[in-house]
Amino acid sequence: MLEKADQVFVLLLHWLVGYLPAAWRPASGVLLCVVAIIAVYPTLFALAVLLERKGLGRMQNRYGPNRVGPFGILQPVADGIKSLTKEDIVPFNADALVHFIAPLMLVVAVFMGFAVLPMGRNMVLVDLDASLLFFFAMGASTELSVFMAGWSSRNKYSLLGAMRAVAQMISYEVPLLLSTVGVVMITGSLSLVDIVDAQNRYTWGLAHWNVFKPWGLAGFAMFVIASMAETNRSPFDLPEGESEIVAGYFTEYSGFKFALFFLGEYVGMFGIAGLGTSLFLGGWSSPLAVLSWVPSWIWFFSKVMVWICFFIWVRGTMPRLRQDQLMNFAWKFVLPMTLLNLLVAAEWRFVADMWLRWIAGMVIVVGAYVLMGRVGMRREHFGPRTYRYAE
Amino acid sequence: MSVVFFVLTAMTLAGALAAVLLKNLVHCALSLTVAFAGLALLFLELDAQFVAFVQILVYVGAVAILVVFAILLTRSAETPKAGGVFSRTWLAGLSVAAAVFAVLGWAVLESTPWLPQTTEAPAADVGQIGEALMSRYVLPLEIVALLLTAALIGAVIVAMHEKDGAQ
Repeated sequence: MLEKADQVFVLLLHWLVGYLPAAWRPASGVLLCVVAIIAVYPTLFALAVLLERKGLGRMQNRYGPNRVGPFGILQPVADGIKSLTKEDIVPFNADALVHFIAPLMLVVAVFMGFAVLPMGRNMVLVDLDASLLFFFAMGASTELSVFMAGWSSRNKYSLLGAMRAVAQMISYEVPLLLSTVGVVMITGSLSLVDIVDAQNRYTWGLAHWNVFKPWGLAGFAMFVIASMAETNRSPFDLPEGESEIVAGYFTEYSGFKFALFFLGEYVGMFGIAGLGTSLFLGGWSSPLAVLSWVPSWIWFFSKVMVWICFFIWVRGTMPRLRQDQLMNFAWKFVLPMTLLNLLVAAEWRFVADMWLRWIAGMVIVVGAYVLMGRVGMRREHFGPRTYRYAE
Repeated sequence: MSVVFFVLTAMTLAGALAAVLLKNLVHCALSLTVAFAGLALLFLELDAQFVAFVQILVYVGAVAILVVFAILLTRSAETPKAGGVFSRTWLAGLSVAAAVFAVLGWAVLESTPWLPQTTEAPAADVGQIGEALMSRYVLPLEIVALLLTAALIGAVIVAMHEKDGAQ
């Protein structure tokens, strides 16, 4: 029974495909999986937007949306109808073709990443040899669509936002990639399926997740920071800083094209959360051996949703960074830490003694963190805090 | 020689031609990206996954962005109306390009018989590429790494110098 609950979607797929002639089965199976991905993530997107608006509202001492449906839970439906029926305005001077292609390209590139994410036991669309690399390749192509959107709008705010976005995404792509290299070094594979399988083992009832090891913990922290910057989330939301440049690269988008940008941003967040879950948090495996009976897909999606909640929490509590702070943080702190983390991963790989590698790994990680933090903060002078109240 | 191959070839060639012929420089850069992507898809069609993904990551993700930045930071994206996109010495350029292409084509055609004739496609997965890089080709890899580090430091120094001069 539990076996069946774990494999319910796989069995459903086989049952549905079984009705078709044998020649059509492979192609229609793939098609069904694609339809499932395209149906599930926008639904999650609607849920996440509602959660975000409600959660942010609570953090800011207000109610959030509470007019449409009971407790406002039908708000995403209302938003969807609104964006579908709104007039689609293209600026007179805009480059119409590029302006049209940019949101489509973003959404396509973002959805492509899900093809390689293992969302449960035996639940992966294509098990590529180099699926991690595929995910990053797709992530890299979103940068160009952001630039296309900003440039084609013929609006200075848009162009500024696009330049900020591209500079930020390029700077944080390096630490994002490097923070995952440690996992690849230890697992010895670029395939996400293999990486998740390697973490699905238990000692004393506790899972072998990568985040529980010194190199994994440091890599995880760096990955979370870089992923927030990659998805342009607060506190890294300079590209769309409302108080400075209206809405950044999608200032000149309205109606459904704007909704596509919004969707692309959130689905990109799900993608990067899913990737981080697979790399560091054991993907679809359960944290404790006694909880292994819970279906694997429940674990995957709940981990992704916890990750999203964390993003919302950070957005509600952190102020936005300045451009120079953003760049200094990326190049002078996150990048050296990820490089050092490679050393820790190598040490973990080649030192056989259990205790020695734990101690050495922790010493390097904590020592580097403290040292770089001290050196980085030495130039900053913090006086006593002063507050000025509005009169 | 399948239908996919011809579609991809047409896409790559159209992108490359548009990159040369279009008037607006940003449009040229974007069409060049189409050509890069087409090349990556051609690699995929040849079962060279690693090369294809790296092609997208490096060329679409980094080189195209670099080109676009260079265009935006240096001058306006429009080419002057008077001259058009063709330079005055296009005949010389064309003959040089044709000569290079002819030499390359001749080299490729001559070398074909020397390759071992295998019936099954050679499989090159990521693991094999990694092992080759770490054993047989480790010296070239290290030399390239050193060169790139030197280039990086050089670029930073050049940028810092300019800043000092401005002050």
